[in-house]
Amino acid sequence: MERTRNERAWLLVLPVMIVVAFSAIIPLMTVVNYSVQDILDPYTRFFVGTEWFRDILRDDSLHAALGRQLVFSFTVLLIQIPLGIAIALCMPTRGIWVAITLVALALPLLVPWNVVGTIWQLFARQDIGLLGVTINAMGIDYNYTGSRMGAWLTVVAMDVWHWTSLVVLLCYSGLRAIPDAYYQAARIDGASRWAVFRHVQLPRLTGVLTIAVLLRFMDSFMIYAEPFVLTGGGPGSSTTFLSQYLATMAIGQFDVGRAAAFSLIYFLIILALSWVFYTIITRSQKG
Amino acid sequence: MVFKARYIALIVYLLFLLIPIYWLLNMSFQHNSEILRSFSLWPENFTLNNYARIFTERGWAAGYVNSLIYVFMNTTISLLVALPAAYAFSRFRFTGDKHLFFWLLTNRMAPPAVFLLPFFNLYQSVGLFDTHIAVALAHCLFSVPLAVWILEGFMSGVPKEIDETAYIDGYSFPRFFITIFIPLIRGGIGVAVFFCLMFSWVELLLARTLTSVDARPISVVMTRSISATGVDWGLLAAAGVLTLIPGALVIYFVRNHLARGFALGRV
Repeated sequence: MERTRNERAWLLVLPVMIVVAFSAIIPLMTVVNYSVQDILDPYTRFFVGTEWFRDILRDDSLHAALGRQLVFSFTVLLIQIPLGIAIALCMPTRGIWVAITLVALALPLLVPWNVVGTIWQLFARQDIGLLGVTINAMGIDYNYTGSRMGAWLTVVAMDVWHWTSLVVLLCYSGLRAIPDAYYQAARIDGASRWAVFRHVQLPRLTGVLTIAVLLRFMDSFMIYAEPFVLTGGGPGSSTTFLSQYLATMAIGQFDVGRAAAFSLIYFLIILALSWVFYTIITRSQKG
Repeated sequence: MVFKARYIALIVYLLFLLIPIYWLLNMSFQHNSEILRSFSLWPENFTLNNYARIFTERGWAAGYVNSLIYVFMNTTISLLVALPAAYAFSRFRFTGDKHLFFWLLTNRMAPPAVFLLPFFNLYQSVGLFDTHIAVALAHCLFSVPLAVWILEGFMSGVPKEIDETAYIDGYSFPRFFITIFIPLIRGGIGVAVFFCLMFSWVELLLARTLTSVDARPISVVMTRSISATGVDWGLLAAAGVLTLIPGALVIYFVRNHLARGFALGRV
């Protein structure tokens, strides 16, 4: 749509600016401020420059947490995006079942994140949980509180359970937006099911898939409450991801300067990786 | 044949989604002793005792009320500021509009954990710590950008001629906006409300950090079922079931707009 030039539009944006100033700009400035100081108590503080940043970048346990986080985020993306597309293709297109499946799909998205952890805690326990009991009955030794692999796989399964629906809903709305004429043209050409998917459906899904990949990447990179409730980050630190590491540092140990420096690096990593995803997807769209 | 395979895949996936929720329901109708003593696929001694405890013991109900209060505050604030801004982004060009729009979105990318400490200090210094409004404002961090993003997409779908005709007919801007424009995009508003409610309701980290006693959300109260003698699984499950209800109600009301709303306009 052609938009007219009007500087007074700033007045309409002003309320947003005020709210966001309070909820984002001031806190972010505070973080920058903390990150260059060593704060002993409210009245004693020293300027330390980039020392916290150098400290953080050399920290081995943090490298390990970052590695775990990257592996986790890429694993869930690799499972959720193809699975989401596949399920969206299976959805009914008309009739009463559309509303029923949509409501069932949206249900996990509206569960508070700590309750997601609780649900899986109850579901996967080897003594009282349906999943845990079933797997152990099949002769596989499974215990998410004891084994690192078990814990990690449970967290991945939980995230797939929790968030694949978002990808499905996005893809479904993208598929609905494809005009019937495209399918008719494909049918006249005698296109196979795969050819229809590859040349008609997939190209029209890139828009919603961009949103899906970005949202899923950002949110999986910030995951906190679910593993915190389910495993508490353990056993050992096998399911301690970046947010939990940061929360422990900031609120648990009150290590303000280090936490602030870490926060900024964390934020920059998300921004940079989101930008990379965005560029790759939009490039492939053009090419 | 292809048709059948499609629906079987869908049904298997839906079962995968619903079985953990069924398990939660199953546990919520059992006594803790029964849960721990034997493994059963359905409650053998059906009881509503867990729910009764939640509704009668102090603290539980207050937790739900606190959560609902800040969720509604957050949704109201987000909509009030996002509506005019989204209108500006969809109708006008002004200095820095593109940068501003992208910058708003980057707020959605900020991990809440980053803002934990500054929020804690900021709200404590202005005396808002442990109030509902503090949590509501903190949640604006992600709900406002999302609301602007969704509403802008819907508003761009309304032809500009409608605005112009209204002005020619002598409508003032506020009157046009409230009596003509808002009814036109009510589907979009419904979707924006859905997302604001949803993300504010499910968030835990900020809500937990910014409250202690008076505004304590349900997610924090739930940790009370874990005591020195172990976890009361039945009670925990019942509390979990109750947190599902508001979400289920919201989905039911917006189910027809849901699919459309997920095509969030531009990125």
